[in-house]
Amino acid sequence: MKISDTSSDAAPNSSTETNAPGVLLAAKSINKDFADKKILENISLTIEEGQIVTLIGPNGAGKTTLVRVALGLLHPDSGTIYHRPKLRIGYMPQRVHVEPTLPLTVNRFLQLANRQDTELLSNTLKDLKIGHLEAQQLTSISGGELQRVLLARALLRKPQLLILDEPAQGVDLAGQAELYQLISEISDKHGCGVLMISHDLHLVMSSTDEVICLNHHICCHGKPEHVTNDPAYLNLFGASASQNLAVYTHHHDHEHGIGGSVKEHHHD
Amino acid sequence: MIDSLVLFFSMDFVLYALAAGISLALVAGPLGSFIVWRRMSYFGDTLAHSALLGIALGLLTDSNPQLSIIISCLLFAFLLTLLDRKPSISTDTLLGILAHSSLALGVVVLALADTVRVDLEAYLFGALLTIGNTDLIWVLAVVSLVAVVLFSFWNDFVSITVHAEIAEIEGANVNRLNLILVLLIALTIAVSMKIVGVLLITSLLIIPPAAARSIATTPEQMAVRASIIGCISVGLGLVSAFYYDVPVGPSIVVIATLIFLGFYFYPSVLKTRR
Repeated sequence: MKISDTSSDAAPNSSTETNAPGVLLAAKSINKDFADKKILENISLTIEEGQIVTLIGPNGAGKTTLVRVALGLLHPDSGTIYHRPKLRIGYMPQRVHVEPTLPLTVNRFLQLANRQDTELLSNTLKDLKIGHLEAQQLTSISGGELQRVLLARALLRKPQLLILDEPAQGVDLAGQAELYQLISEISDKHGCGVLMISHDLHLVMSSTDEVICLNHHICCHGKPEHVTNDPAYLNLFGASASQNLAVYTHHHDHEHGIGGSVKEHHHD
Repeated sequence: MIDSLVLFFSMDFVLYALAAGISLALVAGPLGSFIVWRRMSYFGDTLAHSALLGIALGLLTDSNPQLSIIISCLLFAFLLTLLDRKPSISTDTLLGILAHSSLALGVVVLALADTVRVDLEAYLFGALLTIGNTDLIWVLAVVSLVAVVLFSFWNDFVSITVHAEIAEIEGANVNRLNLILVLLIALTIAVSMKIVGVLLITSLLIIPPAAARSIATTPEQMAVRASIIGCISVGLGLVSAFYYDVPVGPSIVVIATLIFLGFYFYPSVLKTRR
């Protein structure tokens, strides 16, 4: 695999996508096996500035693997990942385990990302409403608080692209809605693209531009209200899932192109 | 009694011992903290045991003993890092095999090389008071190098220890930093052989940080306080060696352990005073 840092390295037939000025990340025909088991099959997707892309899918569908490939932490067996040159990524992993032998305050944890800019640090803490946690040990805060701290760490790099692996896990229901709202606001405010994994369809719907339904391959994708009626989605999550949803559509003051994500698996 | 203690600490060999012990304890604090945080104490043990093989091979090839210890420690560290990337058997088992086979092999080789008599006990338990001029220079050189590298990459080392993947996304070269850290540990272990010996080196590295854990809220506090505890242990270890005529290396470890127990059971002693 190659992570091309210049757009000239992009595959010729995708040049219209990856050369577009707004494209932050483009994955093209990604395949990945683990122990002869196909985890990712021919995945292509693009993320543009200000666009929120949500990956949904059952457990073991390869969501985290796809995110790790997109980050460049994992090499795909075939396919290419394009990162816009000098792309700054803010990454929020699924799990953070801190050794109990390692004393670490929230403040010191955040300083690991950016030691110089103390103003940015205090502003970010204020924006995420976690200023009161600064002096606490990372191991002593609640699950919901930890997620906010991790989000803060990702934001301290002034990212152009945020990659969030289940940002709302361990957060209570009311907190989840709030967190997704926050992510959507961050994307609007800083114009950064977002790629995130979620289990909670109905909560994510309101704050996402594009949903990709993943089960090793891309089952269906598109705008949230489109995906919920897609037979492939209903097949994966059951018809009841969509009936229980009240899809709230969040209105941007501007439009996003879908970015020609997947040509192979069009269901519409 | 006090007069004789002053006299004791004004003797050259005692001053050498003190200088070597204190400087080592200073870097052992932060370096040992990483060993504790990353659960590498068994790794340190294995390196220490392999050092004895280094001595044996150094004697056989008639080369500088300190240099051969350093080289063998660095080689073993490198080897272990490579083996660890291909997990065919568990790291735990691998380290156990290497630690004891290299120790056994070292002892066998030393016994076979019967042209030179080697004071095995000095290498196993340390001989701080027999430290010479060149030994001290080795210790000071290595300690300065380790201190400079640790200081320059401190934030990166802490970051990869807390979460390697976030650190990598933020631009840290995780594999290279891991290797540097492992080599620093190997170097430090190689020069501390004379001070506390093969069997006790890891304790000098991990007991002071473990003691400092309960009185620290940040990694930096833990590292610095571990250094202080290490220095106190070295000082008191020397004093008790003088008063009670006990071996210095083990005394240092005993003192460090007592401090650890104190903070472990009464962490409030320091906290309430702050």
